Amino acid sequence: MSAFPLVALVGNPNAGKSALFNALTGARQKLGNYPGVTVERKAGRLSLSDGRPVELVDLPGTYSLDPTSPDEQVTRDVVLGRQTGERLPDALIVVVDASNLDNHLRFALELISLGLPTIVALNMVDLASRDGLELDPAVLSRELGVPVIPTVAVRKRGLDDLREQIEAVLSVKPARARAEPGDFQTLRAEAKRIAKGAVVRETPSRRLTAAIDRVALHPFFGLLMLLGLLFIMFQAVYAWSEAPIAMIEGLAETLSGAVSDALPDGLLRSFLVDGVINGVGSVVVFLPQILILFFFILMLEATGYMVRAAFLMDGLMARVGLSGRAFIPLLSSFACAVPGIMATRTISDPKDRLTTILIAPLMTCSARLPVYAVIIGAFIPARNVGFGVGLQGLVLFCLYVAGIIGAMLVALVLRLTVTKGSSGGFLMEMPKYQWPRPQDVLLGLWQRAIIFLKRAGTIIFASTVILWLLLSFPRAPEESGISQVNHSIAGRIANGLNVALEPIGFNRDISLALIPAMAAREVAVSALATVYSIDAGDDEAKLERSLGDRLKDNWPLPTALAFLAWFVFAPQCISTIAVTKRETNGWRWPLFMVGYLFALAYVAAGLTYWTAVAVGLG
Amino acid sequence: MRLTDLPLRQPAYVDVIDWTALSATDGQRLREFGLIEGADVEALHHGGLLGRGPIACKIGRMTIAMRRAHAAAISVRLGTRDEQA
Repeated sequence: MSAFPLVALVGNPNAGKSALFNALTGARQKLGNYPGVTVERKAGRLSLSDGRPVELVDLPGTYSLDPTSPDEQVTRDVVLGRQTGERLPDALIVVVDASNLDNHLRFALELISLGLPTIVALNMVDLASRDGLELDPAVLSRELGVPVIPTVAVRKRGLDDLREQIEAVLSVKPARARAEPGDFQTLRAEAKRIAKGAVVRETPSRRLTAAIDRVALHPFFGLLMLLGLLFIMFQAVYAWSEAPIAMIEGLAETLSGAVSDALPDGLLRSFLVDGVINGVGSVVVFLPQILILFFFILMLEATGYMVRAAFLMDGLMARVGLSGRAFIPLLSSFACAVPGIMATRTISDPKDRLTTILIAPLMTCSARLPVYAVIIGAFIPARNVGFGVGLQGLVLFCLYVAGIIGAMLVALVLRLTVTKGSSGGFLMEMPKYQWPRPQDVLLGLWQRAIIFLKRAGTIIFASTVILWLLLSFPRAPEESGISQVNHSIAGRIANGLNVALEPIGFNRDISLALIPAMAAREVAVSALATVYSIDAGDDEAKLERSLGDRLKDNWPLPTALAFLAWFVFAPQCISTIAVTKRETNGWRWPLFMVGYLFALAYVAAGLTYWTAVAVGLG
Repeated sequence: MRLTDLPLRQPAYVDVIDWTALSATDGQRLREFGLIEGADVEALHHGGLLGRGPIACKIGRMTIAMRRAHAAAISVRLGTRDEQA
């Protein structure tokens, strides 16, 4: 732990705390976790005018020191010096929203009474004056008994003053004694009185936000706007990512070419090319799509629109026993369930949160797309079903919808059984709209990219190596005619597994592909490609056929449809299981999730297969 | 009348809140938002196409969203009154 003075940023949600944190620390941030709880710790370095460093920690936003969620509990414990893994801060910066002083000052008073050296950052003074509210910081400072600095975090205004004040309060040893904060009513009345006294000029509020909300929250046009935004988002995820994906693929190809040329044919080359480059590469390829999706999600959050989307969706979510807040993590899960599950931390009700975590893998993540694309391309004819809608696109859309409907039904059942209890509901503040600083968005994207690449370099790398080992050993005797795949440990497991999967129309090749696909779903595609290229042996005519054509040669249509249905539900992703374990603190819920998803996948694939055979598609 | 029945964009104030109809957490959060007896309130938007979604209302300079179950526990009167905090 560093010996630098520790300063904590505290404040209500939507006070602009994170923007202020970013503005004060720049890119010098460290993300971590508080021990024992799944609450993110955000810390950064700040230099005072004499060059002395200060450690700044951004505490989760909360409305009072009476916590209602794990995040809020961390905030309380840190400022009281009770949090494991954190020192008692040497000073607090209380961030308040200038246009919401009545409410924010109450919490500020509670914090000031703790007796730590405190500075109040009167943030977003620009939005307040846009709204016709002018305040006098000197009056506030006199009433509160602590320095008050007007700031506009997103425009970097007031930061030098803030730095100077940090220096000043740190050089004076704690002067004030800890006082017992008054009760809620007293603090509230006090806050109201102080806020009123500080107003220089006030006109009716929030004209711009109110005007946008008339459309954005309209029951019909608001929903239309939300659907339009989601449509653009999903289009962009695929349309904008083509070029960068091709670049990454090209890079991986060049790299494996170089390694193949440099090394003699053998185990090491196979390990590097088949295992490391292709394995990790097949996952890194999704970086552009994930970043595009996160760009939209970060923008929707930073502008204040996300809460509006949750507002519009809450009616629907309520019917399946979820909170409107669950909409945000579920939307993220279309990129990848891992960040989606991490985003459930904002849901305060534990049962709401658990239900959301359990259904997140049913949202069709980007890793399923390659699997869908290969099978649809091979088995669904590219014909027009009218109105310019292609059959292939329609099937793809149906698979997405099947996932969403499945998720809603599962939520309904879970809420009546394992996560029974009253719903935590939906009670949130709607922040004012504002345009985010591009640097903040870029910083967010950068942090996501690093997290994703770290994952690719650790978990995915490790599982790829293990799978490569299972497929490569024991070595098949040469000239025996036995394929390496069949002889390997993985091949033997696949043959055993096939006994269970045959009834739902799967063949041995599918069983084999499902094992490596546990690491990441898209690996199923490359695994099938390997199986069929080994099958082809030296037959050149066979080798030249594409994977789609080979699948068509080997699979009846009902098998292909069953395979698609399987992937709508199957929990084929070690990372999702790992993150669920971390977020639910144990093995109980990830195992439950894996169990129910496999059961659903089995039933869905079986029903699809038997129905297709019965109607004569086979 | 209940907050659920309050016409949109009409100034009103909170008359009585039935705290027993709210969970301790929700009650606390409402108080933290400044929604207490005597507070000025204005309904701004009803969510959901079929009128079953949440309600957005203005408390002071803040807009908050709540479910109809919360709003049904809050009785309001049209007009304004200085808050007796």
